[in-house]
Amino acid sequence: MTNPVQALTKSVTVNDNPFMKPVEWLSLLVLAALILVVLPLLLDGFRLNLVGKYLTYAFVALGLVICWGYAGILSLGQGVFFGLGGYCMAMYLKLEASSVENTKIQSTPGIPDFMDWNQLTALPWFWQPFKSLPLTLILVIAVPVLFAFVISFAMFKRRVGGTYFAIITQAIAAILTILIVGQQGYTGGINGITDLRTLHGWDIRTDAAKFVLYFINGGLLIACILAAQYVKKSKLGRILVAMRDKEDRVRFSGYSVAGFKVFAFCLAAGFAAIGGAMFTLQVGFMSPSFVGIVPSIEMVIYTAVGGRLSLFGAVWGTLLVNWAKTSFSESFPDLWLFGLGALFIAVVLAFPNGLAGLWRERIEPRLTRRVKALRAPPPAILPPHGTPPHGAPAE
Amino acid sequence: MNAAILPSPAIGADSAAPDFLLAVEALTVSFDGFKAVNDVSFYVDPDEIRVIIGPNGAGKTTVLDLICGRTRASGGSIRYKGQELTRLSESAIVQAGVGRKFQTPSIYDDLTVFENLEISFPRGRSVLGALTFKRDAVVRDRIHEIAETIFLKDQLRERAEFLSHGQKQWLEIGMLLIQDPELLMLDEPVAGMSVAERVKTAELLNQIIKGRSVLVIEHDMKFVEDIAHRVTVLHQGKVLSEGSMERVKNDPKVIEVYLGH
Repeated sequence: MTNPVQALTKSVTVNDNPFMKPVEWLSLLVLAALILVVLPLLLDGFRLNLVGKYLTYAFVALGLVICWGYAGILSLGQGVFFGLGGYCMAMYLKLEASSVENTKIQSTPGIPDFMDWNQLTALPWFWQPFKSLPLTLILVIAVPVLFAFVISFAMFKRRVGGTYFAIITQAIAAILTILIVGQQGYTGGINGITDLRTLHGWDIRTDAAKFVLYFINGGLLIACILAAQYVKKSKLGRILVAMRDKEDRVRFSGYSVAGFKVFAFCLAAGFAAIGGAMFTLQVGFMSPSFVGIVPSIEMVIYTAVGGRLSLFGAVWGTLLVNWAKTSFSESFPDLWLFGLGALFIAVVLAFPNGLAGLWRERIEPRLTRRVKALRAPPPAILPPHGTPPHGAPAE
Repeated sequence: MNAAILPSPAIGADSAAPDFLLAVEALTVSFDGFKAVNDVSFYVDPDEIRVIIGPNGAGKTTVLDLICGRTRASGGSIRYKGQELTRLSESAIVQAGVGRKFQTPSIYDDLTVFENLEISFPRGRSVLGALTFKRDAVVRDRIHEIAETIFLKDQLRERAEFLSHGQKQWLEIGMLLIQDPELLMLDEPVAGMSVAERVKTAELLNQIIKGRSVLVIEHDMKFVEDIAHRVTVLHQGKVLSEGSMERVKNDPKVIEVYLGH
């Protein structure tokens, strides 16, 4: 009887900085159960695919928790990295769908259809690497992260931050959209890259493939949550918080602030890129409408609604806002954008820490009180049983 | 106290290295033509406690800002152990061994006292280092030791935001202490403290200044007299007088601009 108690008190006193607190493990378990068990059982193929699509935005929200919530760097251009990841994946899939036999009616067979329509006669150089799947999988992450590195290094070394940084990221989102739309022959233009069929010979359009992709997506999301949790829990996570608060002090504690900001921004870009690639795989196309200002800001709203300081909150926020979006815009398509705007204002004014904040401040204290009330009897019985846990020798 | 005025033995036997820990020469900075610091030179020996005094606007804080890299000099040089600081980044200056305490307590409100001290622990300062930093026994013991010294061992788990003003000042001193700088710069360490806190702080400072050089800005003359080995008086961005407290106090120029009021 005493042994488990002893072991428990011991582990609690020794490990004052556990990877995840019991509550967080529980949150992860609930979320994992929802994504991997409950939703697949409840929803039909179409709806499940829709949830899979929402969950790809959750990758972006997760990155924003680290980048915006923790490091205080508001990015209004996460769509750029989501889009770049998605485009990298789409380029591979498009090349596979544009085999010589599939495109033999074109004037230049073997290149994507939109290139042929735009009088291109050879595959551009930057499309070449996407013939290989392993290289594509590397580039899906490497291209957006490298781009994020270049942007953030240039800004943060010059100590451009706050609102200026947010505006610049927004401008970049606008520029990239215009570039993609304008360079139709190289990018597919406003339509994006469509008519994607197979991934290394595996048809991704079938229900079975979508089902499998949903689970891969869910698994990757949970892996990213764990990675983000590791960062949050490490000293780096605390430095990010310290930096958000007093950047100068961090500098005078011997840290190069720019390096840490670049890391946070690149990490967020990496997560967004994974989301983008999974989006392309599950939805079957990629277009500039997921790169620009509007999707980028929507992603910030998901994070704000869920709670910008909570990894789980961000995922819940993404799911809820998107679910609301789908159900509202089905019935009141014109009102949805107003609803979204109102939601954002409400979050900022009334509950700045989002749903996660509401949960922590309002619901969790009540739950703990309930649990404590339930657990109250045992301590009264314990002492007569023998040695109190503290006096006992450690095992 | 007087013994300290004697030149302390040089640490570096290396003939190329100067005897001074810090050599500030012809330091000048101008903000839009206004010379906040104008041709200032002074030298700090190893283990010396130097106090900078002067009326408001004399450029005292600016001198510290220049040394720690917060403000860039327009001219002159700052050599620390023979190394030119004017071209280094703030973090490189800290890593070279210069620590700075700000006038208003500058601590991380959102973190606990423990975490505040942990961040200041001089290890894992690169991105990768911070990511793989382990809170091991060495770190923990050192933090507990420092917390004991700065009278905050019962507040380790408290968020720094909830500390009193005096406790925040101590925490910042602790953050510097754990950094273990060879040159410690303190900007008005007892300002805004209660009498009891002031006494405790003086005691704390006397304890931590051992084995390092300290550069202090302070207005409290009794406090200055207690700790200073030498005093530099700044006035309108220039050095007005320098020497022992006794000498400075009797310098007619100083009396005129500063102590005479």
